[in-house]
Amino acid sequence: MTKLSISTYCHLVNHRVYKDGKLIFEKPEALGLSDFVKSVYRQFKPKYPKFFKMDDISKLGFMAAELLLMDGVHKGFESEEVGIVLENSHATLVTDSSFQESVEDYDNFFPSPSVFVYTLPNIMIGEISIRNKFQGENAFFIFEDFNTEFLSSYIQQLFDTDKINACIGGWINQSATDYEAFIYWVNAEEKNGYKHGPEEILQLRADNKR
Amino acid sequence: MVHCIADNIISCLGFNSRENFDALKTGKSGISMINEQDLYHQEFPAAQIDSDRLQQHTATIKANEQYTRLEQLMILSITEALEQTDIDISDKQTAIILSTTKGNIDLLENKYQGQFKDREQLWKMGEVIGTYFNNPNVSVLSNACISGVVAIQTARAMIESGQYKHMVVCGGDILTKFVVSGFMSFLSLSPNACKPFDSKRDGLSLGEAVGTIILSSEPSTSQDIGIIGGASANDANHISGPSRTGEGSFIAISKALKEARIESSLINHISAHGTATPYNDEMESIAIERHHMEKVPVNSLKGFWGHTLGAAGVIETIALIWEMKYGLVLPTAGFNELGVSKAIQVSNALEEHAIQYGLKMASGFGGCNAALVLVNKDNQIL
Repeated sequence: MTKLSISTYCHLVNHRVYKDGKLIFEKPEALGLSDFVKSVYRQFKPKYPKFFKMDDISKLGFMAAELLLMDGVHKGFESEEVGIVLENSHATLVTDSSFQESVEDYDNFFPSPSVFVYTLPNIMIGEISIRNKFQGENAFFIFEDFNTEFLSSYIQQLFDTDKINACIGGWINQSATDYEAFIYWVNAEEKNGYKHGPEEILQLRADNKR
Repeated sequence: MVHCIADNIISCLGFNSRENFDALKTGKSGISMINEQDLYHQEFPAAQIDSDRLQQHTATIKANEQYTRLEQLMILSITEALEQTDIDISDKQTAIILSTTKGNIDLLENKYQGQFKDREQLWKMGEVIGTYFNNPNVSVLSNACISGVVAIQTARAMIESGQYKHMVVCGGDILTKFVVSGFMSFLSLSPNACKPFDSKRDGLSLGEAVGTIILSSEPSTSQDIGIIGGASANDANHISGPSRTGEGSFIAISKALKEARIESSLINHISAHGTATPYNDEMESIAIERHHMEKVPVNSLKGFWGHTLGAAGVIETIALIWEMKYGLVLPTAGFNELGVSKAIQVSNALEEHAIQYGLKMASGFGGCNAALVLVNKDNQIL
């Protein structure tokens, strides 16, 4: 088995942004996802106008990846070496509902292709891939809760079978009332890294210091 | 090696793999004009499962629960595939992986009014299927049109790494107002049955299907076809259009071949994604040519079944297994004259052709691509 570790992680939840457990940005009040993620964009200024065309959950995944990679942890890896494997519980149901509303009534029928394309959870993987030119393995799984046992062994086997040398893993979810993005960077074991195991990943997610 | 030991397909062409394969051999498309207000306000061509026949089959499901159309299909498909084996699906050494793009998305329609509560959630649908088969180890994969191929590769990896002995992979998607309106808005549907790789191709046809493939660490007595390589890759180019250079598809094939430890020159047959959109088929021809496989017979089965989304990778891999088992290359329904820039060999008639190594390709929205390499151990061509 290839020994792996997590070198950095990022968490966007409850109108706050944490990088490696430290609070790096917060809005004073509870904002909906749409306003919150735009305020994160304005704060960190990725200068990527395509951001505004994305649906809210892709915006969330995109900004989580921007902050995860802000220190250049991905530099030095070839495009093909970097995979992205994500999970969530709600797929794209919030975007799906707004698309469904647009097709429900033929007297008021306005399906939009630019909304339809976002009704697949892996589109955010595509957005992160385009931004960073990542061309390795892709997969999106749906579980009721963050299944770190499944995800860590999935990512482990991708390394073991020589498919990738680095990977973004995590949980990026949007429900009607809530949102959360928790993502991390996995690569070959390094001295200062965090352990890439199912329990350890859940601990990193819980590790939000004020 | 991970072995393919049983399979089932439920589609417009039949309710098991044999019925489907026999229909595919005739070359006749299962796509017809659909006129259903519940799906679209105008007539459109699609490949639809016979609802009367589904109802007869559903009567055999013994449970107190009510199931959605997709859940019924998945339960029937898994049940029929299991009957070909002596696997106990509730055993701890067996897990289930479901592949779907939209699952029970029809439950968002007003007419259901909260019936089947929460089952539009894919994990909940997975739980319902798992409960029926008394197996809690269900995962759901939703990765656009490569879902089926990636689900098979995921299942294979879970067996190879020793987590499970048997994996039940079930892929399915149904025709819904959501999906039909979406592809209509995208202007990607052909007004006729689709024509993969043809010079007059003008878009895809939608279809609905469910397929199940059972993988095992042990071979079956009746066949020995296994999966020896698989990978996915992203174009990193565009979220709704394929790469002009076939980059992601090329990488996925390279990695799948590398894992299989074979050169592309050993591939005897390619089952392409072949959606019949101008860009997809052109892109695939480039990826095939970049791997020097222009002389290898290629087909697409989208002209028979339509594009069945989360089922496509599963049912098309099953058809490839049957082609390998019987030494046949199926025709490409709808194909007449080559309409891609690379001179690939698109099959347009049923042909006898021994296949030791088969390649399955898939691509989808989000710039994703995937490939699988299969081997026929019963048919050593030296």
